[in-house]
Amino acid sequence: MSFLTRRGWISAVVMALLAVLPPVFFLTGNAFYLDLATRLSILAIAAVSLNLILGYGGLVSFGHAAFVGLGAYAVGIPAHHWLYGGLDFLATTSGFVQVPLAVAVTALFALITGAVCLRTKGVYFIMITMAFAQMIYYLIVSIEEYGGDDGLVIDTRSELPLIDLDNPLQLFGLAYVSLLVAMLLVRMITRSRFGMVLQGAKGNEERMVTLGFNIYAYRLTAYVISGAMCGYAGALLGNFTTFISPEMMDWSRSGELMFMVILGGAATTLGPVLGAIAFIVVEEILSSFTIYWHLPFGLMLMGVVLFARGGLMGLLRGRREDGE
Amino acid sequence: MDLSLLIIQALNGVQLGLLLFLVASGLTLVFGILDFVNLAHGSLYMLGAFICASLTFLFGNFLWAVLVALPLTGGIGYLVERFVARPLYARNHLDHVLGTFGLILVLDTLAHLIWGPAGIAVPLPHWLDGQIALTETLVIPSFRLLIIAAGLAAAAGLFWLVNYTRLGMLIRAGASNRTMVSALGIDIQTLFALVFALGAMLAGLAGMLIAPITEASIGMGNSIIITAFVVIIVGGIGSMKGAFIAALLIGLIDTMGRSFLDDIFKLAMSPEAAETSAPAVSAMLIYIIMALVLALRPQGLFPPRTR
Repeated sequence: MSFLTRRGWISAVVMALLAVLPPVFFLTGNAFYLDLATRLSILAIAAVSLNLILGYGGLVSFGHAAFVGLGAYAVGIPAHHWLYGGLDFLATTSGFVQVPLAVAVTALFALITGAVCLRTKGVYFIMITMAFAQMIYYLIVSIEEYGGDDGLVIDTRSELPLIDLDNPLQLFGLAYVSLLVAMLLVRMITRSRFGMVLQGAKGNEERMVTLGFNIYAYRLTAYVISGAMCGYAGALLGNFTTFISPEMMDWSRSGELMFMVILGGAATTLGPVLGAIAFIVVEEILSSFTIYWHLPFGLMLMGVVLFARGGLMGLLRGRREDGE
Repeated sequence: MDLSLLIIQALNGVQLGLLLFLVASGLTLVFGILDFVNLAHGSLYMLGAFICASLTFLFGNFLWAVLVALPLTGGIGYLVERFVARPLYARNHLDHVLGTFGLILVLDTLAHLIWGPAGIAVPLPHWLDGQIALTETLVIPSFRLLIIAAGLAAAAGLFWLVNYTRLGMLIRAGASNRTMVSALGIDIQTLFALVFALGAMLAGLAGMLIAPITEASIGMGNSIIITAFVVIIVGGIGSMKGAFIAALLIGLIDTMGRSFLDDIFKLAMSPEAAETSAPAVSAMLIYIIMALVLALRPQGLFPPRTR
C-alpha cells in the first residue's frame, strides 16, 4: 500500500491535523482559525481540481477563478431571486438545486470554452483561458441586477437536509469531507486508463496520437471535470463568504490557484493541499504585519519559481520515491 | 444615430487601438524574440503613467516629463530583464507566468508605497487642453488627436526600426534563429536586454499618453494587459503587423460596441430587451470575436512566417 511511503505518511498526518486542529481551536474559543481552515479547504478543492489539468495534463489554465466565481453565483443568483422575486423557475434556496446548478453551469462553460481553447497550444492556451475568464468577469460586472461591480450578498445559505451550513463547524466538516473526496477522485482518475492517457499526452503528445488516442477528447473531458469540480468549490465558497463579487474571478485569483498547485507540487495528490495551506497561512501572517504585504509575498512567489522547483512535495520527497 | 457621434466614437476607437498596439507591440517583441511571456508588461504601463505624473509636477511641463520618463521606464525594463526574465528564459511558459505574476504584486505594491493608494491626475499644458472643431458639430479634444498622432508615430518608428536598421535586422534574425545569431558573434544578451527595454518604453509611453485622460492608478496595467493579450492572439503571436491590425480592430469593435450595440439590438428586439442585453454583450464582444477567430484560424489572423 502506498501508505507505507514517506509521502503517504505525510499525507495522512497533514490531513488528520487539518481535520482535528480547526474544531479544537473553535471549541477553545478561537473561531477565527476555523474560518481560516474552511476557506483553506475550499480553495484547496479548487487547487486539487486545477492540478488535474495543470499538473497531470500539462495544460496551463489561467482562468480557473472563473469557474469558482460561476459556482458561487449559481448559489447567489437563485437565492437573490428567492428573496426579491423575478425569474421564478430559478428562485430557490435548496442546496439540491443550487449545487447541481453550479456544477452544471461550470461544466457547460468548461465544455464551450475548452472546445475553443484546446485547439491551441502553449502560450496561446494560457492567454485564451485567461481571456475567457476575464470575459465572465466583465459579464458579471455588466449585470446590474446582481450587483455588478459591487457584488451580491447571499442572504440565505443553501438549505441541505441533516447539515446546517449556518453552523461553522458543520460547514467546515462539509468542506473538509469534500476536499477528501476531491483528492480521492483526482487520484482515482489519474490512476485509471483515462488518467494514463492524459499524462502520456503531457509527456509526449505525438506518441499518444500515433498510438491512436484522440488526445483532444481526453483533454476536453479532463477540462470539463476540472471546471465542474471548481464550480462545486465555488458553491461552497459562496456559502462560506455569503458575499460574492466579480473580484473573486479576477485573473489574479486564477494566478493564486496556479501558484498553490506549483508551490505544493504539481501532479501529486497532496501537493495542491499543502500549497493552499502554505499560501493561506503565509498570506494571513504577512497581512497581519503590514498593508504592504503583497511586496514580500510577491518576492516569495518569485523566489519559489526561481529556486524551489518541484514545490514543497519535492522537498519532502523520500530518496527512494524519486520515480513517483 | 447621428454622423458626428459616429466619427467621434470611431476616433476614440482608433485612439484605444493605438494605445493597445503600444502595449501589444512590446509583448510581441518580447515574446517573438525571447519566447518569454511577460505578465508584468502591464505594470510597466502603470509605472510609465506614475513616473510621468510625478515628473509633470516636478517640471511643470507634460512634454518634458514624457521625454524624461521614457528612458526611465526603459531602464526599469532593463532591470526587469536582468533580474527576473533572464534567469527564466530557459524555463517553461508556466514558470514565466508565475514569476512575472509575483513581479506584478511587487511592482504594484511598490507603486502603492511610493505614490499612495489614490490615483494621480496629470495636468496638461493649456495648448493641449483645448478642443479642436473639425466641423460645426464635430468637436474633439486636441489631446486625443495628439494621442492618435503619437501612437501612429510610434508605430511608424517601430516599423522603421525593425525593418530598416541594423538593430532591427538583428531583432528579426534573433526571432527566426537565436543560436545562429549568437554564433555569428552578436552579443545576444545585450540584444535581448535592449528588446526588453524597448518593449517597456512602448508600454510606458502608452501609460503616459492615457494618464492625463484617466489618471495614473494602481491596477491600471492589469486591466489593459488582458486586452493586449486578446490583441496578440487575434493578430497572431509574434507578428508585428498582426498586432497592429488586430489592435485597431479590437479598439474599434470595443468602442463601437459599447456605444452603438443597443441601437443595433433595437432593430431586432424590443427596446427593453436591447437595453438589458446590450451592456452584457458589449462587455463580452472582443472575447467573442477572439473565440470566433480562434475557431476559424487557431494561429491568429497573421501568424509570423518564420519559425
